[in-house]
Amino acid sequence: MSGRRLPEGPGELIRRGREIGFTFDGRVRRGLDGDTIGSALAANGPRVLSRSFKYHRPRGLFCCSGQCPNCLVEVNGSPGVRACTEPLREGMRVRHLNAWPSLSFDAMRAVDRVGRPFTPPGFYYKTFMRPRRLWPLYERGLRRAAGLGRLEGEPTERRTRADHRSRHADVLVVGGGRAGLEAAIEEVEQGRDVVLADEGPALGGRMLWEGSHVEAARLAERVAALGVELLSPAAALGWFDGLVPVWQGGLLHRIRPDRLVVATGAIPQPLSFPGNDLPGVMLSDGALRLATLYAVRPGHRAVVYTIDDEGVDAALRLDAAGIEVAAVIDTRPAEETAGSAERLAERGIELIGGSTLRRAHGRAGVTAVTVTSLHSGRVPGPTARRIECDLVAVSGGRAPAASLLMQAGARATYRESTGTFVPTELPAGVRGAGSVMGEEAPGSGPIPAGAEGRDDGRCFVCLCEDVTAKDVGAAVAEGFDSIELAKRYLTATMGPCQGRMCQLPTARSIARETGTDAGEIGTTTARPPIAAVPLGVIAGRQHEPGSRSALDAQHRRLGAEMDWAGIWRRAYEYEGAGAEALHVHREAGLIDVSPLGKFLVQGPDAAGFLDRVYPNRLSTLEPMRIRYGVLVTEAGRIMDDGTVCRLDDETFYVTTTTGGSAAVLQWLRWWLAEWGLEVRITDLTGALGAMNLAGPRSRDALAPLTAMDVGAEAFPYLHARTGRVAGVECLVLRLGFVGELGYEIHTPSVHAGHLWRTILASDETDVRPAGLEAQRILRLEKQHLIPSQDTDSESTPYGAALPWIVKLDKEHDFLGRWSLERAAEANPAEKLVGFTAPRDQAVEEGSAVVVDGAPAGRVTSCRVSDVLEQTVGLAWVPPDLAEEGAQFGISSNGTVLRATVTTSPFYDPEGDRQRA
Amino acid sequence: MPFLVDCPHCGPREATEFVYGGEVMKRPTGRPPSRRELSSYLYFRENTPGPQREWWFHASGCGRWLIANRDTRKGAVLATEAAGGAEGS
Repeated sequence: MSGRRLPEGPGELIRRGREIGFTFDGRVRRGLDGDTIGSALAANGPRVLSRSFKYHRPRGLFCCSGQCPNCLVEVNGSPGVRACTEPLREGMRVRHLNAWPSLSFDAMRAVDRVGRPFTPPGFYYKTFMRPRRLWPLYERGLRRAAGLGRLEGEPTERRTRADHRSRHADVLVVGGGRAGLEAAIEEVEQGRDVVLADEGPALGGRMLWEGSHVEAARLAERVAALGVELLSPAAALGWFDGLVPVWQGGLLHRIRPDRLVVATGAIPQPLSFPGNDLPGVMLSDGALRLATLYAVRPGHRAVVYTIDDEGVDAALRLDAAGIEVAAVIDTRPAEETAGSAERLAERGIELIGGSTLRRAHGRAGVTAVTVTSLHSGRVPGPTARRIECDLVAVSGGRAPAASLLMQAGARATYRESTGTFVPTELPAGVRGAGSVMGEEAPGSGPIPAGAEGRDDGRCFVCLCEDVTAKDVGAAVAEGFDSIELAKRYLTATMGPCQGRMCQLPTARSIARETGTDAGEIGTTTARPPIAAVPLGVIAGRQHEPGSRSALDAQHRRLGAEMDWAGIWRRAYEYEGAGAEALHVHREAGLIDVSPLGKFLVQGPDAAGFLDRVYPNRLSTLEPMRIRYGVLVTEAGRIMDDGTVCRLDDETFYVTTTTGGSAAVLQWLRWWLAEWGLEVRITDLTGALGAMNLAGPRSRDALAPLTAMDVGAEAFPYLHARTGRVAGVECLVLRLGFVGELGYEIHTPSVHAGHLWRTILASDETDVRPAGLEAQRILRLEKQHLIPSQDTDSESTPYGAALPWIVKLDKEHDFLGRWSLERAAEANPAEKLVGFTAPRDQAVEEGSAVVVDGAPAGRVTSCRVSDVLEQTVGLAWVPPDLAEEGAQFGISSNGTVLRATVTTSPFYDPEGDRQRA
Repeated sequence: MPFLVDCPHCGPREATEFVYGGEVMKRPTGRPPSRRELSSYLYFRENTPGPQREWWFHASGCGRWLIANRDTRKGAVLATEAAGGAEGS
């Protein structure tokens, strides 16, 4: 192992002796079990992990807590992974982002060296505007230069799949530090159902690296023993009107708590000084995490730069971990730091009070700092001191991590004593616990005036977006002096850290430029998501419900080609749709119609109800008789169609189209609820299988299988019978969408397979299965429209050549009546007609109807009919063309085909074969 | 739609289980409506900024309609009631 691994210390999370192999930019590296990618690389790898977004300056570990942008890497092909928190796993392929051709030599670094005059604040609004025609070229270059990584593979390929889980809880505690754990214990002891989510590597928060890891473990154990559901590590993503999604690996918990306890703590803040982005400049908190949790030496010789006691404590902890601390630079005046100076002196560490870190020196990493007294003015004067070091641990106070509280409705109030924004006016049901509420640490205070400046352009206020204090000055000079405007202009606070590290520095920077304080400047709006989350996690799994007919196994046994039709898996064809359709005309075919919507409508008001939802009359239907019906909307537009069979006085069996069944059920129940009638609707769609036995010889096939008289006189067209077929109870309807004699047989799904096999095995006739495509040909030959294929949201029964379905002479009101009355008076703008064309003319559905060279309509259905030996179809045309024999053109592949209008069915126009 | 709808049949459920059916409207009955009355019934909605009565269908639950009083500004359902008839009871 490398010399950067420290001796074993208390509270470390790594398991020594258990090595893990991975690669970084193709080179094999080794880490330890318990390491993060970042800690393993810090122990044994390059110090520079990435290049910055705009200037491509080298960046190293900074916060070590998953907040800042400095360690974003690509892992196993997925970009945007934070190395400092991502647990190391065997065989991981880690690559740097944002540097070309390599991390150590980045050609785009030229932007920083020579190109800075061309990249002033808002440069994308200014520099690349002229000449306009060159924009595509600029864009290509900019896209290559900017951004955070690229995706491997096809853009359509899904690489993240997460399940969603809904969880209701009495209390959700976000944050598993001391305050969160204690709140969870308090709540669960009141008998409440508590969930606790924490994003750290282990429960305990700051206790883990601030010397209380034993207590942290004890509290965590207690919380688990009391029955709190622990989600760790897991990140709360935001507040969505009471819903808090928590992301935990492959699972997104959609948690809806009655009460929310936010214990997200406070985020250590950086300070701005020239060179504050150099590798080796870290948050003191980050340096401590690295040294304590992962036993990695963050540097050999450290300088701590602080505004309060937290930096002093950090210096002592770094010293205890075996890291030489050269000095502590404290902005507080010497008289306030006497106690701290004494504590440090015991360990031989010098405290330089009343001073500021004027500059960090170095190119690929920090090598020294210059310190000046705060009283000596801006320019390093005779009081300036240079201290050699390779680590600058910065402690700029803490800002409450209050995003979740703000999203829930809390207000951000400026607290002068600390120079931070704290949440106030929390909404009901939401409470904050611990330092998120702005608890003041001993010895904390605001950053003294003059400690931060502009100097040259190397004072970064926003590391994510490479925004310097000088840029802020320029933006303010150009008039962007409010934080929301400056944010949009500079893109400061808009990067991966989402303002955690730069909100306050930006506000302070604007305040300095405008001569106010950060409280006047305010904060930007906290928006979800709080944590970076892959879109695939939010999308979840694709839940595409698929339905299979009761006859599915039969289709597969027959070797059918299966196809999706809406949510249904349907048998498309068995041995060729054309041949199947022809066989129906010549002999007999069996078609699976199980996916039709099938409803039982029952009750004393059933007949009246159907009269009110259908435009035709159904109350006059005799028992065991069938009528075709079209459902229309209140605007009189065709919604769906199907058949209605009256079983007895109070019972109707209603069928709908396959695709429309769910919508029709919803529609019918809506009107029942509106009218409050004594009617019940039972959905039998899945409970019953159905098959259409059609063809001139279908009677011969059916007769031997049943005791029912299926003769032409005993069982005429549009009649229904119940009885046994092949030994199973069936409802047999004499109807069909085919221009041949036919029977639609409905039977409980469990019997459907038996019935199907028995009919196909008929000795009398050659019954063959016919698939979905044959069905489409057959219905088109009869000019039966399919709602929503041949109709759209503008189609009325009058336009769709179904005027006879509307009974305006009905004595009572029905849905769509008022609109249909008006439609009956008006001339429809276009009409649906059948057309024929020569057999060899293939017409694509959707083709334009052309009249005098101009588009005048569209083809909605078209097939070649073998029995008719021509192409047949349906098209919407201008009313004057809706006459028998009228001719129009159809645009197809650049040529115009001739089509002839036929207003009656192409096949069996009189219906003799169907009624046979 | 991250809010709860208290289904009278199933209890409080995520709004994503429901299908929105629009504002509760008065359907013209009795005499034929004028052209204006008909078009305002078909195409115009109050879109009240505040509490309004709405239809909701529990598609992923009991499959029944209910009427919710929802505050459109807060996106929160204040109260629900079963819709009438045998299907609603």
